[in-house]
Amino acid sequence: MAPLLELDDVSARYGPIAALHGVSLTVDDGEIVAILGANGAGKTTTLRAVSGMVRRAGSIVFGGRRLRGSPESTARAGIAHVPEGRGIFAELTVWENLRMGAYVRRGKPDMQTVLAYFPWLDTRRNQQAGTLSGGEQQMLALARAFLQRPRLLMLDEPSLGLAPLVTREVFRVVADLNEKEGLAVLVVEQNATIALTAAQRAYVLETGKVATSGSADELKSNDAVRSAYLGY
Amino acid sequence: MQQFFQALTTGLADGSIYASLALALVLIYKATEVINFAQGEMAMFTTYIAYALYTHSHFGHTLSYWPMFFVTLLIAFGLGIGLQRVVIRPLEHASVLTVVMATIALLVILNGLAAWIWSPELKFFPSPFPTTAWVIGGVHISKQDVGTFAVTLGCVFVLWVFFRFTKLGLAMRAGAVNPGAARLLGVRTSWLLALGWGFAAVLGAVSGMMSAPTVFLSPNMMQAVLIFAFAGAILGGLESPIGAVAGGLGIGILLSLLGTYVHAVTPELRLPVALLILLVVLLIKPAGLFGSGVVRRG
Repeated sequence: MAPLLELDDVSARYGPIAALHGVSLTVDDGEIVAILGANGAGKTTTLRAVSGMVRRAGSIVFGGRRLRGSPESTARAGIAHVPEGRGIFAELTVWENLRMGAYVRRGKPDMQTVLAYFPWLDTRRNQQAGTLSGGEQQMLALARAFLQRPRLLMLDEPSLGLAPLVTREVFRVVADLNEKEGLAVLVVEQNATIALTAAQRAYVLETGKVATSGSADELKSNDAVRSAYLGY
Repeated sequence: MQQFFQALTTGLADGSIYASLALALVLIYKATEVINFAQGEMAMFTTYIAYALYTHSHFGHTLSYWPMFFVTLLIAFGLGIGLQRVVIRPLEHASVLTVVMATIALLVILNGLAAWIWSPELKFFPSPFPTTAWVIGGVHISKQDVGTFAVTLGCVFVLWVFFRFTKLGLAMRAGAVNPGAARLLGVRTSWLLALGWGFAAVLGAVSGMMSAPTVFLSPNMMQAVLIFAFAGAILGGLESPIGAVAGGLGIGILLSLLGTYVHAVTPELRLPVALLILLVVLLIKPAGLFGSGVVRRG
């Protein structure tokens, strides 16, 4: 079966500075895949290349079709991208943020299903989203992404700035969505320990290239990966 | 007391005109951080189009006032969208200063073009309202003032309903707050910016058509009005649509009361006083009275 998402020899640059040199990776339907690596290795750029937020070369195929390379068309093709900094509309209410998730969908957004995963949102619906805590904002971003009804969810550093307990909660919800809704997930994460616990497979990026890849279990027992990213 | 109420109604009518133009400025500022200096001239130009629709016969008959009014709003909407697509959009990646310079160029072009097409001399522009007044308890309330106030704030209200209750309005607000995130949700923000220019042009057309009966139609008719609108927008807070409307009304009332009670404030001093208010607000409370109350965390 063809993969859901396939990057083949993708390069990207910010002005004169190259950030990705020929990255190839795949995500299958219903799979959680992690991208690990140090700061500046090109993790975020990989997601940005998929969404067309950065100029890119190479082929990116999603669901059998080449992506056209603008954030709008990527979203409409069925990819939800929760960007660095979560992309919450701080001045809008929680509820308005959620309604924006369903922007390109016809009919009423399926709030009931979302509230089943994020029950606390119901009591906070009129709160200004910018006043939520970091963890709550991350959850709101996830809920909003879920309302896009994507086939693939791309998460950029969901743990950033969150307490360990909150991070675990975020990954629990992601695993839940993956398991119950069959949602494929591509997650960029600095915290390799938690990422390798949630993901089935992972790619390790170094200076804009894929250095290692494999199943989460293989990577956990790989000595180089262990000393560089897991710290034991 | 009579004098006070008369000054108040005149101030509210003038203020509603400043309010709609101030709101037009805020609409564009909030979405792109650009002050549209051409806003007044766009209003003037569309008022000339209204004049042309009203005075010349088209296909053998002229339009009466209200059809002319709404046809003008439609044309203004189209022109606003067109200007954004043709002039502003190519500058998408340019600095804010570049875009501001482009709006100043637009100001000069529209001003010259209007004088070239319609000649620079003053023209009479019709008002849909009678020149009579209601007398309530000795207070003369001009029907013109009440009509101006009702029409202008009516348009503002319709726009508020759009932004508050429609999906597209919500998307425009979201796009103004965080365009990158909006695009990732599938919002075509570039078109929504054009839509914003369309709405701003419509508000301008309303303020132009409502000012013209009293200030007369001329290529420079909106220049003073634009400064009052600026003062109103700054007073209320450039980031706040409600602030712009309140600020515009406030400036109108304040100038009318000052003109009535402070004899030193002659009509010649209205502009300097507005600019003084603008300066004082910038010095004391740059965010304006309704300045963004957003709390950011995490």
